[in-house]
Amino acid sequence: MVNVAIFDYGAGNIFSLKNSLEKIGATVNVITNFDDENIHSGLLLPGVGNFDPAMNGIRNFSKIQFKEYVGNMPVLGICLGMEMFFGKSEEGKEKGLNVIDGEVIVLPSGMKVPHMGWNNLEIKKPGKILEGVANGSWAYFVHSYRVKPNSNDVITAESDYGIKVPAVVEHDNFFGTQFHPEKSSIVGKIMLENFLKECKK
Amino acid sequence: MTLTKRIIPCLDVKNGRVVKGLNFESIKDAGDPVELAEKYSSEGADELVFLDITASDEQRKTIKDLVRKVASVIDIPFTVGGGVKSLEDARNILLNGADKVGINTGAIKNPKVITELMELFGRQCVVIAIDAKRNYHTDDSKNIFIENDKQFWFEVFIYGGKEGTGIDVIQWVKDAEELGAGEILLTSIDKDGTKDGYDILLTKNVVNSVTIPVIASGGCGKPDDMINVFKESNVDAALAASIFHYETHGVNGVKSYLKDRNISVRL
Repeated sequence: MVNVAIFDYGAGNIFSLKNSLEKIGATVNVITNFDDENIHSGLLLPGVGNFDPAMNGIRNFSKIQFKEYVGNMPVLGICLGMEMFFGKSEEGKEKGLNVIDGEVIVLPSGMKVPHMGWNNLEIKKPGKILEGVANGSWAYFVHSYRVKPNSNDVITAESDYGIKVPAVVEHDNFFGTQFHPEKSSIVGKIMLENFLKECKK
Repeated sequence: MTLTKRIIPCLDVKNGRVVKGLNFESIKDAGDPVELAEKYSSEGADELVFLDITASDEQRKTIKDLVRKVASVIDIPFTVGGGVKSLEDARNILLNGADKVGINTGAIKNPKVITELMELFGRQCVVIAIDAKRNYHTDDSKNIFIENDKQFWFEVFIYGGKEGTGIDVIQWVKDAEELGAGEILLTSIDKDGTKDGYDILLTKNVVNSVTIPVIASGGCGKPDDMINVFKESNVDAALAASIFHYETHGVNGVKSYLKDRNISVRL
């Protein structure tokens, strides 16, 4: 049994993520600040909401700050949650968590935005989250922004949407998916299981 | 490879059961929504749409439980619409496990709810559902189309297709996008129930008027209808109900058929 927390910024569907994690054996607590004792082996930043309100939710309601709470604990950021790992976003004015160097920029014009639907993962290099995931696997995306890391080394998978969209990033204990694993059928389940494996270590 | 076309089964839910009207007449029971959702999801549906057509607000309150039950059995995205009037209605649906909320009449009556929803939940949650019907009384303020020598425009209808609004569909989709919509669910009243194929003219023109994704709906009677709408317009998704409900074609069967004919789908 592994105990993980989902941070709820108060905006949108986290029920599906919680449910997906519980189905694969996790105990899940939903938290709205970092002040209670950290009894968790992993944290998830869900992919619903808007950049500024979500950052304010993370920053303004806790005495203890994100980095201090997390330490070396594995963190999975999904969609907006992954975007928050970076320094700043064109979606808002607030500073990001800045645990991965880079920024978040709007998808290029000329393509439909949001990028919504099932797209292939082009695996660039092995990663912990991608273990057992075949190149070309389908994942469900719904986003209007993309991450632009300073170093391409953190990108383990991309997706083609006119341009190459970073789909999975890994850096130290921070894991991010631009798509929604909890909405990506069996492939998504494998990735959530991989994350829980990291949490157990 | 790139983004695939989405195939979306639609479940019309009345008093907790999936129903389907045949040629607008007898409403036929098509099964339990949770069971059907699980079945479609495992058969390879790309998304699901639930439209609550329950008559009274009182009975509609059960939608919350239904959303929860559906969310616990599927691992693909789903949209819930029908009777959504306010931010509170939408919140109730999203916080219980739906990924997107469809608004139709509620958005026409109070367009600023689109912006409020977008700001709180993000654009991707906000699906504007539009029921469109040809109106042959033309005037200069409308986007006029010609088919079989007849001139007409597409009018937005509300209250389940019962009431015309005088609003031009082409204008409304542009306004809705501007206000914060993330997707358009476009149903042709002219085609709905005919099994005659999607309204290509309507779909193509709506797709070309916005930069957000569009779902075509109304008129699908066979997989070839989906092929037509995908080939003739740059629409992103095709929604259908009856072809999936009665096992004439499984979701997977439809998608294989499309793939064999060079439509990019997830299989």
